[in-house]
Amino acid sequence: MIELRGLVKRYHMGEETVLALAGVDLFIGRNEYVALIGPSGSGKSTLMNLIGCLDSATEGQYILNGRDTSSLSEDELAAVRNREIGFVFQSFHLLPRQTALQNVMQPLVYRRMAPAERRRRAVEALAQVGLGDRLEHRPNQLSGGQRQRVAVARALVGQPSILLADEPTGNLDSRTSAEIMALFDDLHAQGQTVVVVTHEPDIAAHCRRTIRVRDGLVVEDVINTAAAA
Amino acid sequence: MNVLSDAFSAALASLNAHRLRSFLTTLGILIGTAAVIAVVSLLQGLSSSIKSQFSDLGGGTLSLKAVNDQENFRSGQINALSFTDVDVLRYRVPGVGRVAPIMAVNSAGVAYRGRSTSPQLLATNAEFQLVQNRHTSVGRFITESDDLGSRRVAVIGTQVRDDLKMPRNPIGEFLLIGREWFKVVGMMEKQGEVLGFSQDNYVLIPFNVGRSIMGTFRRPMMEVSFTVTNLEEIGKVRERAKRAVRAARRIAPGEDDDFKVEAADSFVKQFNQITGIATAVLAGIVGISLLVGGIGIMNIMLVSVTERTREIGILKALGATRRDILTQFLLEAALLSLLGGLIGIVLGLLVGMGVAAVIPNFPPAQVPLWVIGLAAGFSALVGVVFGIAPASKAASLDPIEALRYE
Repeated sequence: MIELRGLVKRYHMGEETVLALAGVDLFIGRNEYVALIGPSGSGKSTLMNLIGCLDSATEGQYILNGRDTSSLSEDELAAVRNREIGFVFQSFHLLPRQTALQNVMQPLVYRRMAPAERRRRAVEALAQVGLGDRLEHRPNQLSGGQRQRVAVARALVGQPSILLADEPTGNLDSRTSAEIMALFDDLHAQGQTVVVVTHEPDIAAHCRRTIRVRDGLVVEDVINTAAAA
Repeated sequence: MNVLSDAFSAALASLNAHRLRSFLTTLGILIGTAAVIAVVSLLQGLSSSIKSQFSDLGGGTLSLKAVNDQENFRSGQINALSFTDVDVLRYRVPGVGRVAPIMAVNSAGVAYRGRSTSPQLLATNAEFQLVQNRHTSVGRFITESDDLGSRRVAVIGTQVRDDLKMPRNPIGEFLLIGREWFKVVGMMEKQGEVLGFSQDNYVLIPFNVGRSIMGTFRRPMMEVSFTVTNLEEIGKVRERAKRAVRAARRIAPGEDDDFKVEAADSFVKQFNQITGIATAVLAGIVGISLLVGGIGIMNIMLVSVTERTREIGILKALGATRRDILTQFLLEAALLSLLGGLIGIVLGLLVGMGVAAVIPNFPPAQVPLWVIGLAAGFSALVGVVFGIAPASKAASLDPIEALRYE
């Protein structure tokens, strides 16, 4: 489903050119549960941005659901993000002035969906993450764990191919982290493809497959037998 | 529509979140619009009051005259209007109201009980008093039936009564004009003197009576006063009248007119000039104030875009296209500006009404609807124009950079 072929990303910083990805080949299939790990500066964030279609590669191909995204325009990439990718960020990234429900409805606005249908789906998604009773709360009226659940509901509401989580527990205490990871486990069990970018081994341990990145290259790609069991 | 209404409610929510700031931002537009509406309302009130007064004074009167140059007088080939010209004006030119031909009649003077005098003898019809806005002080004016029946009746100026030592009320007395007796049916209001010449030394008789006195004389000294039904159209009616009379007088294309159609007074022209200048000055003020207001809006919108960089990054990550972001920020700027414009319109109306009420004898303020529409439309336009820079800045933000922004 996700197929990376010889993916290279270079950044120009003034005179210097930084090689963030040095040629990555990777395949992630449907309903996989993958941890993307590596120290900071390893290129894992760059890899995540590319998988999330927030950025395009300098060289190589990224084939998402059989479609080559390398040649897509900025707006076409926006449409892909809207339909195929559900983002969960470390610091939640909710819209502060909007209620939980409005936040979850937001991606559907860009699908030109009728308001009634948007609402129905958003309510459903919030119920799925256990926040059916917090629809009209604003982010500042919710705890960190609840905020991240709203973010997960927002990621799921568009029924994306991939749930892409960037350090989803980085701002949460260990108990809440466990709750969020339990939620991810559930979603995976229901057939959702999940990619988690993290540097915490505990979090990676939840996943069925661990991909380690260093210096812009995939250095390890293992099946996590313990989690599978 | 769906897209716009979403962007609309998002823009409203964002303005609502910073109410004070939104209000202060739009103050420039608000004050500019208010000033314009106040001044326009006063000017329009004044203008419509002057126009209606002027229209009462016969301001909408035009006159048709034959033109003669020195050469005509020397050679004796004197140009004159024909009775056909009068009929053309009356029946063939749309927008012409009342038509009063005035013909100078040659006579051997006017006599009463052995006294005689030589006033101007003018033949005209019942429309004269309405076109010229001059009325009788005693008795009645010449009527249509006087004219149709060629009755020997006369309406005199006060000077004639005094010169002939007629009774103070001369109605019912008989005058000998030429070789015929005329019954005095009315006397005109006194006009007084201009440069030492009495303006009241004249006798008016029915037009057809004048024609019969003139007999077969083909070049009557005649001019035609006429009104227009709509004062605003005075220029158009004048052009139409010119064309119709040219055709009636068989003037070949390219040849000069041998007649002229004049506004009875150039006052209308002057007044329009004054209001035109005032409008131009106003337009300048509006332009400057809207420019200043627009720059204020642009400034705050740029700040707002920077402030909301992360929000824009989030929206982009969720799938907002450049166009979605652009629309939202443009709408926000337009709405901000329109809001200022609308408040300004209301404020301006109140100020205009207040000022008109405070100044004694000042006509009430008036604002035509199109001015309000224009003011509202213009303020929204300013928002859009000055919103373009901030909105395109927002739309072109890189999602990764924007998400990382603190």
